[in-house]
Amino acid sequence: MTLQMVPYMLTFLLLVAGLYAIVAKRNLVKVIVGILILDYAANLLLVLTGYRTPPAGQAPVAPILTGGAAQAQELAATAVDPIPQALVLTSIVIGLSVAALVVALAVRLYEKYGTFDTELMRNLKG
Amino acid sequence: MQGMSLIVKNITRVVAGFIILFGAYIVLYGHVTPGGGFAGGVILAGGLALVVLAFGEEFARNVLTHDVARLADSMGALLFLLVAVLGFMGGVFFTNFLPLGDVGALLSAGTIPIANLGIGIKVGAGLFGVFLALAAFRRATSGGSAAHGRLP
Amino acid sequence: MDPILILLLAMLGFMLIGSLIAIETRDLLSSVICVGAVGFGTSLVFLLLGAPDLAITQVVVEILVLVVLVRVVITRRDETHATSRSTLPVGVVLLALGVMAAVVFGALAGGPEEGALRLRPFGDPLMSAEVPAAQLAPAGRPDLAPAGTCSASVGGAFLEQGLAQSEASRGTGAANYVMGVLLDYRAYDTLGEATVIFVAVIGAYAVLRKVGRSRHAGNESDR
Repeated sequence: MTLQMVPYMLTFLLLVAGLYAIVAKRNLVKVIVGILILDYAANLLLVLTGYRTPPAGQAPVAPILTGGAAQAQELAATAVDPIPQALVLTSIVIGLSVAALVVALAVRLYEKYGTFDTELMRNLKG
Repeated sequence: MQGMSLIVKNITRVVAGFIILFGAYIVLYGHVTPGGGFAGGVILAGGLALVVLAFGEEFARNVLTHDVARLADSMGALLFLLVAVLGFMGGVFFTNFLPLGDVGALLSAGTIPIANLGIGIKVGAGLFGVFLALAAFRRATSGGSAAHGRLP
Repeated sequence: MDPILILLLAMLGFMLIGSLIAIETRDLLSSVICVGAVGFGTSLVFLLLGAPDLAITQVVVEILVLVVLVRVVITRRDETHATSRSTLPVGVVLLALGVMAAVVFGALAGGPEEGALRLRPFGDPLMSAEVPAAQLAPAGRPDLAPAGTCSASVGGAFLEQGLAQSEASRGTGAANYVMGVLLDYRAYDTLGEATVIFVAVIGAYAVLRKVGRSRHAGNESDR
């Protein structure tokens, strides 16, 4: 296990933390929090796989052309991968809309039962 | 809910226009600088949400209504689909049929700025519609007791 | 040692601690604010990894999520003391999740050298590898293939051909390559994404509508 694999491992731990909250917590707000954390971890894992180490002493190069067409060859040799970024860009907004939908469901359930606790809801015979 | 204090309202009057302007800039220059339809659309939704939070439900009911949000949502989706269907002029769905132009200019990259505009309008209006629904729902339930909160 | 890697590890550690606090704290408002901290940390990590588009989007999305969640939580106090499910022992859940993560991570990180499904070391993506450029030729026109080698991944090919305007490969002409991929090369993705947002918005409207099945107060069960 080299140091180069440690970021992936930490992201996996974040993913497991989110999954744990979804599975084991009984409060609906905690479940929403777990969904959000799972979302962040999955996005991070994708972006991490596309990172390319910049030349020594420089900052990472974003795949955006700032110096005109003459710079394109240099950019192609140093920039990070644009594909995971494009995938994650849609994924972030989808995560937001899904979170909004889940929040709407939680608010509806609170109005009906007066609690966020799923086990209490079950006891109230919904 | 009838809005927040005078300080919040005045600050919102000053700031909201700039937030909307920044969102429009991010959408329109998405193919040249970082940003694009998704980020700009969410910024637009955030600015409109700030206005609704500061000025309250009455303002939302009169000016920024559900119907406006729904209409803009559908219009954005239709614009994006129109760009996709017009790609048949170049042969297949989603072909970039316009001339590419100079790299870095505002009018470059063919259909990408138009598609960006459609996506920006769609994302902004959709997320703002959900926010409006959540805000209006809370107003309906916080008035009376929870059991009688649902309006007929 | 690479300073970017050190910064990245520090930020990931911060996010891990923040998420653990968010999951385990009793107070719902603190939980929501901690998940906001995790989200802003994600945005900083995106900026660190050379993805300013994602950083902008993540910041704004995080603000909206935080506003909505705080609005939901701040007026609804919920005093439940037992936070974990009574039917699922925490130890069993943690053991199962740990075994699952270890198996998946082991399969991804420790696979065969030449296998397709293998995580490459951080900072050395697939696009750094080179293959013969004949693979770039359009179908049926091998004479149009460029000479030499090209990147082994699609992302590298997009970066190299993004501005090309020849008969063999027509680029997007966008200075922002991410937008070029998103709205030209892979525009079907974006179409599907727009559909998902549309469905989520319709679902939220349907759940939150005020005009629904009318219910006579008192003489009907809550079903």
